[in-house]
Formats: sequence, structure tokens, C-alpha cells
Amino acid sequence: MDLKEKIVSSYVAFEDGVNINSDIHEIRTDAFQQFEKLGFPSKKLEAWKYTSLNAILKEDYSIFPDNEKSINLADVKQYFIHDIDTYKVIFIDGKYSSFLSETTHDSIDVCLMSSALTKAKYKPIIENYFNKIAKQDNLTSLNTAFSKEGAYIHIPKNTEVEKPIQIINFTTGTEAATMLQPRNLIVVEQNAHVQIIERHQSLTENAVFTNVVTEIYADRHSTVDVYKIQNDHISASLVDNTFIEQQSESIVSVHTFSFGGNITRNNLNFYQRGEHIDSILKGITIIEGKQHVDHHTLVHHIEPNCESHQDYKGIFDERSTGVFNGKVIVEKEAQKTNAYQKNNNILVSDKSTINAKPQLEIFADDVKCSHGCTIGQLDEEALFYMQQRGIGIKEARALLMYAFANTVLESVKIPEVKDRITKLIANKLNVNIGFNI
Amino acid sequence: MYLKSQANSIKNMLKIENLKASVDDKSILKGLNLQVNAGEVHAIMGPNGAGKSTLANIIAGKEEYEVNQGTIELNGEDISELAPEERAHIGVFLSFQYPVEIPGVSVTNFIKTAINENRKAKGLEEMPAKNMLKMIREKSELLEIDRKFLSRSLNEGFSGGEKKRNEIFQMAMLEPKLAILDETDSGLDIDALRIVANGVNKLKSKDNAVIVITHYQRLLDYIVPDFVHVLHDGKIVKTGDASLALELEAKGYDWIKEEVIS
Repeated sequence: MDLKEKIVSSYVAFEDGVNINSDIHEIRTDAFQQFEKLGFPSKKLEAWKYTSLNAILKEDYSIFPDNEKSINLADVKQYFIHDIDTYKVIFIDGKYSSFLSETTHDSIDVCLMSSALTKAKYKPIIENYFNKIAKQDNLTSLNTAFSKEGAYIHIPKNTEVEKPIQIINFTTGTEAATMLQPRNLIVVEQNAHVQIIERHQSLTENAVFTNVVTEIYADRHSTVDVYKIQNDHISASLVDNTFIEQQSESIVSVHTFSFGGNITRNNLNFYQRGEHIDSILKGITIIEGKQHVDHHTLVHHIEPNCESHQDYKGIFDERSTGVFNGKVIVEKEAQKTNAYQKNNNILVSDKSTINAKPQLEIFADDVKCSHGCTIGQLDEEALFYMQQRGIGIKEARALLMYAFANTVLESVKIPEVKDRITKLIANKLNVNIGFNI
Repeated sequence: MYLKSQANSIKNMLKIENLKASVDDKSILKGLNLQVNAGEVHAIMGPNGAGKSTLANIIAGKEEYEVNQGTIELNGEDISELAPEERAHIGVFLSFQYPVEIPGVSVTNFIKTAINENRKAKGLEEMPAKNMLKMIREKSELLEIDRKFLSRSLNEGFSGGEKKRNEIFQMAMLEPKLAILDETDSGLDIDALRIVANGVNKLKSKDNAVIVITHYQRLLDYIVPDFVHVLHDGKIVKTGDASLALELEAKGYDWIKEEVIS
């Protein structure tokens, strides 16, 4: 039985665990139909031309991992940003872990999607925001059909959330192969500010396929900063579907750090529904072996006087492959748009590949849109220069690569996150030198 | 210990014998001999294309040059198989003719990394931050370097003079045994030239040696050489004292070429 068939035929079993006489379930079953019609994306689709899921779809995934498994904090502490106080919404094999979490209902809601989807008090927010901007494409529909658990975050107006919120999905590998469909909703009202750190982490070498959907609504004059740390085991694959709707004068930034995993696909979509909006999309990808990371970004400029800034850096070693597809749409009404896109890549090995494709669709006539894409190798002259000063070749290469990626780190606002990413980069580049550049 | 250091001081610091080298199968050095002792300053002069920069790069270990024959010894050890960083660790420093720009790495952090990598190679602990600061302060004063300059990305957007001054700053920080200055005077105005030369002179000691590669006699007014060598067509064809530089300045190189032919 192929995976699609298996998923479709297990849906009735999934329905046992949810209220089927609810509006939410209507949404789920509509999405189920959509997925049944579309199936998994194939390379025939333009958007999936350079990323094939075939290899990971062959696994016999357990679709609803059922065992409650507990894990010791000491064993997973390293995956937290633990040197600062944070809220935590933690899942183990798709199930909420109250032991590892620190949620709150004190003026803000940082809690569970399973509560939000079932309890009356959350109904107004769910009705207004759940599944409103998520696309109806294959994988998002699949997630919606199985949407049941994830993080639910609601920040009322004029609230500055002091502590960042960490959302971590652990997989324990009790099943030979696990498939997860986490579903997050983040609603940030006027004038509020929140910082989110998101991570997916398997704890064994067993196969994992995570298909996560996150919807973020940023109301007028709000600020939302999202940091996605993708440093999973080589046996774990991730499709991250993130949809962000912004109202006037809001600022939303998403930093995506992709160092680990087997196949990683980021579908990051911004919709600007007001004026004077700033959307910031940044990424550092450092991969090797046969790893594959695909960044598909979309910024939809709908109203005038808005900005978007994209800066993606990629370093590809051995046989790794990368994709950057950055789509910017500027509608006719969106005059005075300033859309900026940069994508720089270093191919460390002659067997590594990057497919880079900027896609600009501009219908307004008074706009500033720029894009720049480079693909290069490490500068041999610079390497010799550094070696001449006594810096070993390995460290010299690492320092050059770090310096190359560094511009993306400058905009990280949480020092502990910046520090962690710096360490992950040093670790990934297999060097131990002081990188406080 | 005493005997060993005495023995070392008698030996040549750098000894190059019958060096033949090529790049892309083009023969550039054609049997070069050079001996430099600790405490000495040597100037290497010569027309364009004589092989001056090639010699500097080969001593530093640049890979694109192929050594076909001959030996390069530093303190009695053959260094021709060593990687560039290993040569740096035993005290070879090359001030580049064209210093490379490295965006994203500040001058300070680059030199810190370099110093600590050198210390690591010698089995030493990292230099304490306090000592490092003090040293940076002293050496930047010596070369009249503006503090703000130290936080800028290495060589990025530096003027020609700033790049060269930064090279000598790094040399001052690393305290090499053998410093090779490859056309350090080019791109310097007279004030910068004086500052750079002053820096080099202050760093000179009986334990280290300097090779100054230059086209012009100008720099040698400030850094007075013990020996002047003329490099022509891949060989040292004439050696003299500081007065040879003045003679070259007055007469050009043609008479040397003629002398070689005859």
C-alpha cells in the first residue's frame, strides 16, 4: 500500500479521536477530499521540480503514533534555548508534554491547538483565523485534514511578551517511521510583540516525516519574530508550510537556519494586507552529504508603501543540493513597494548543486524591486592569505564560510539564539575557533 | 640550552639553494641562491617579471607554484613540504603586495584568531583577552592606526595605504622570525611610508630577519638594508650593500642585464 492509500484508509480511525460533529471537522474533511484528489506533490509540478519526496514517501510511516512516551529533560535540554526564561509548548511524538512545557493563560494564551479547537472560549479566534490563509494545496490540505494538535498562541493588543516562546516537536523513534502533522496558530493583535523559536527534533535515527502548517496573523503595528532551527537527524525530513498575513505597519521577520535533516522544504508565504508593512525573510543553509534544502518563498505585495527584505545564504558541500525559489508579486495597487531579494551561494564541492530562481511578477509601475543571486566557490586567495597568518586550512575555510553567512545573523534579536546558531555553525563546519566576529 | 641557541645563531636563518620553480609550466625561478641570517635586512630589487613576488610566495608556501628543484631551509629545517600555515607557525610572515579583502571578519577578530591559531600550533593556551587588548593597543599606536579602523571588515574598502599599514600591524602582532615585505611601499604616500618603515625598524632585532622586495630605492632610505640583491630572470645576479640600491636608482636595470649577458 502506498503512503497516500494508507493515509486515506486510516482517516476513519483518526475520526475516532475527534469530534466529527463540529465546524472544524467540516474544514478537516474538505481538506481530506482535497488531499485525496491531489495526492503527494510530484516533480511534474513546477513548484516541486527540484525537490522529490519519492524517497521518503516509501517509508511505512506510523500515522498516529499512539504510545505516550516520556523523555527526561536532561536528555533533550540541549535542544532548548535554555539559558533564558521562555514559554515552552513541547510535543513528544505529536502528543503534548505537560512535563516539558511551560504554557500560560495569564493575559496571553500560549497553549494547545487541541484545546483551542474544542473549547468554547477559543471559538471566536478559531472561527476568524483557523485555516483562513493556509493554501489548499497537497501538503497543507493533508495537514488540515489531520489537524488536531500543535501550538496555539494568542497575544491580545498592546502586549509585549517578555519571554520568547519555544515550540519543539520531539520524535522518540519508538516507531520505525513516524509521520507528524503539527498545526500551529499564532494570532498577534494590534501593537503586540512576540518572539517564537520553532524546532523539530528526532531523538533517534528512525525515519521521521513532519508536515507542519503554521498560520500567523500580525495585526496593525504588531511585531512578530520567528526563528526556525532546522538541525535534525539525517533520517528526518520536514515540510514546513508557513503562512503569514500582515496588517498595516506590522513587522514580521522569519529566520530559517537549515543545517540538518534529510529533505527539508520550506514554503514561506507572506501576504501584506495593509500599508507600511515590513516583511523580513532570512535564511542560512549549510548542508553536506546528500542533504537537500529547498526554500520556496512568496511575498505578496497587495497594498502600497510596503517593504520586503529577503536574504538567503547557502553553503553546499559534498553531494548536497539546494533550491531557492523566491517569488515576489507586486499588485497594481501596490505602488511605492520596495522589494529586495538576495540569494548568495557557495558550492564547496563540484558535486553539490544549487537551483536558484528569482520570480518577480510586478504589475505596479512605481516600485523598487531588486534581486541578486550569486553562486561561487571559496576564494583561494583569501584562503592562502589566512593560512599565511597561521590559520589552518580547515579553520580558514570555516571562517570564510562563517563570514559569508554572518550578515544573516546580524538581524537576530535574541542574543542567546544568535549565540546558539553561531555554535551550530561552528559545529557544522567542524571547527572550534572563537567566532565572535 | 646555551649551546643550542649559539648553534642556531651561527646558522643561516633562511637558506635557499639552487631554487627552480614554475607556475603553469612556465619557468620563473631558474636556480636562485639566497642566505639570510638573523638580525639582517636584505633588499631584493629587480625589474618587473624578474620573479620577486614568486620568490616571496614560494617561501610562504603558495600552492600554485611548483618547486622543481632546490631547497628552502629555515633554521636548518627543510620547509618546502610544509603547508602555508605551518610555515607561519615557525615564523614566516609575508606582507602581501595585494592584501585580500575579507568581508564579515573584522581586523581585530582576524588577528585574534591568527594569534590564537599560532599559539595552538605551539601547544599554548589562548592569549588572555586582557593581554590581547594591551598588545593591540600598543601595536596600533606604533603604526598610528585609528582604533575605529580595527573594527572594520578586514581590508574591505581600505585604501592602498591602509591595507599596507594593516599588513605591518599584523606583522607587529605576530612577531615573525622572517618577515618578507612584498612591495609594501607601493601605494604609500611619504607619511605612510615613514610610519610603516618606522614600524618595521622598531620590530627589528638580532633574532629576526627582514626581506624587503621593492622596485624603488625610496623605502630603503628608511629601512636600511645590510644587503641588496638584484633579481633578474629568475636568478640573483648581483649582490652589494646599500649603495647598490642607489646605483640602481640612478642607472636603472639595463646595465645589470648587459652585465649578465657579457
